Amino acid sequence: MKRELVCIICPRGCRLSVEGEGENLIVTGNACPKGKQYAIDECTHPVRTVTSIVRVANRVDTMVSVKTAAPIPKEKIFEVMEKIRAAKVDAPVASGTVILSDIYGTEVVATKNID
Amino acid sequence: MEKHDIVVVGGGPAGLAAAIAAYDKGVTDVVVLDREPAVGGILRQCIHNGFGLHKLGRELTGPEYADAYRLEVEKRGIKVYCETTVTGVNADRVVTAQNKEGILKIEAGAVVLAMGCRERSRGALNISGTRPAGVYSAGTAQKLINCEGYMVGKKVVILGSGDIGLIMARRMTFEGAKVEAVCELMPYSGGLTRNIVQCLEDFGIPLYLSTTVAEIHGKERLEGVTIAQVDANRRVIEETKRYIPCDTLLLSCGLIPENELTRGAGIPIDPITSGAVVDENRETATPGIFACGNVLQVHDLVDYVSDEAEIAGIGAANFVKNGATTGKTVETKPGNGVRYVLPQRVHTESGKDVSLFLRVTEPFGRVRFTVKSGDVVLATAQRLKAAPGEMEKITVKSEKLAAAMEPITVSLEVL
Repeated sequence: MKRELVCIICPRGCRLSVEGEGENLIVTGNACPKGKQYAIDECTHPVRTVTSIVRVANRVDTMVSVKTAAPIPKEKIFEVMEKIRAAKVDAPVASGTVILSDIYGTEVVATKNID
Repeated sequence: MEKHDIVVVGGGPAGLAAAIAAYDKGVTDVVVLDREPAVGGILRQCIHNGFGLHKLGRELTGPEYADAYRLEVEKRGIKVYCETTVTGVNADRVVTAQNKEGILKIEAGAVVLAMGCRERSRGALNISGTRPAGVYSAGTAQKLINCEGYMVGKKVVILGSGDIGLIMARRMTFEGAKVEAVCELMPYSGGLTRNIVQCLEDFGIPLYLSTTVAEIHGKERLEGVTIAQVDANRRVIEETKRYIPCDTLLLSCGLIPENELTRGAGIPIDPITSGAVVDENRETATPGIFACGNVLQVHDLVDYVSDEAEIAGIGAANFVKNGATTGKTVETKPGNGVRYVLPQRVHTESGKDVSLFLRVTEPFGRVRFTVKSGDVVLATAQRLKAAPGEMEKITVKSEKLAAAMEPITVSLEVL
């Protein structure tokens, strides 16, 4: 299977091609070794940081912004979003407070202070 | 009248970084004025990550980046007046503001303008059609969703592929909306590659280049838009018109520096950047008034806003301590392939290296930039790639600068 990717490591934006299966991936189009690693990671276990908001239950119309403390597997984004949407928190909230734990090996934490 | 050494107008990333830099340069009587209830500016609604990689060496969300600077401001005891709207600045550096207590006049030793920018509106874009609900600027939708928890729509078309539009495509998708298309008038996207990959490609959202929204349909609520390809003169090609049903249209069509106060003070504006004309200290043509951040030129990354604000903050502190910078100045001018150069004016005998910031006119491959004064080459720089969406920085050494007798031109050649 052949995959085409645009490298996002630096602004050059190399167009990468990845061929092969499993352990034997051949990357072409990369100008540097970082691009090769990016392509392999993207094809074997792509991860993303998810950012969203959680409702502050004891404040009117107030949201606290949150993020996954570490990137999660890309295919789990919408599952994590479901959990974030169902969550509620009471103020005061400090930036860094754990809102949800045990989220694919990481946590969802607040990124804003709500007094 | 209240008096302070430095008054900073705007408590976003530029204002906070300028205040901190001025304080650390030894001018501790600094006050920051902001119209919002909390400092941080637009970062408070930019809940996505990717901020701070260059400046702070870690990847933060917008609110976290803002908070890092707020803490530094608090640590120094710099005064911050929130919910205080500046209504006027004059050339004698008297700042007029308004808050719950009434009208406030502050006499400032130096002023730093850091008001940021605004989004180009539907009216400014002249899109024909009806006037239904459901048409938002991307930043308005961002504030409603991220700060107020109000979801703006379910079926979305986005016009403009700048970073805010791309970020909102992902954000709307996360919250369960279907983003039908992102349309970009130009033949290339103005957004960062990482945003095109992580906000569109990850979710299979199509990006249509050389395409615009030709018409808006719907009476009470938006019902759909007609999109169409445009020719080389950006005119709609009739036979490519196509209807997309949607209930929401987000506009991400460029940012305009918010310079009403600057104009009110009689400060000359550069027609290309839409920001003040400044020297290398970010001092405007009016002595003691400085400008930085998106009010001066629209930046790609907040990290670079902070860098520029530090230059302005240090400039303002030096002005308070030592008065105006004197000595010979030369103008800078854009040459082949360059849209603008900032600063527009440079002191040649200050003994300091000066970085020139610029944008290119269109996407290029491998290029060499040449900085010249008359026939004297002051600096050259090569890039693997140059695009209008990515600001370039070229530093000229002080000893080279001292030799500049004629206007400085920056031009590029394709390699």
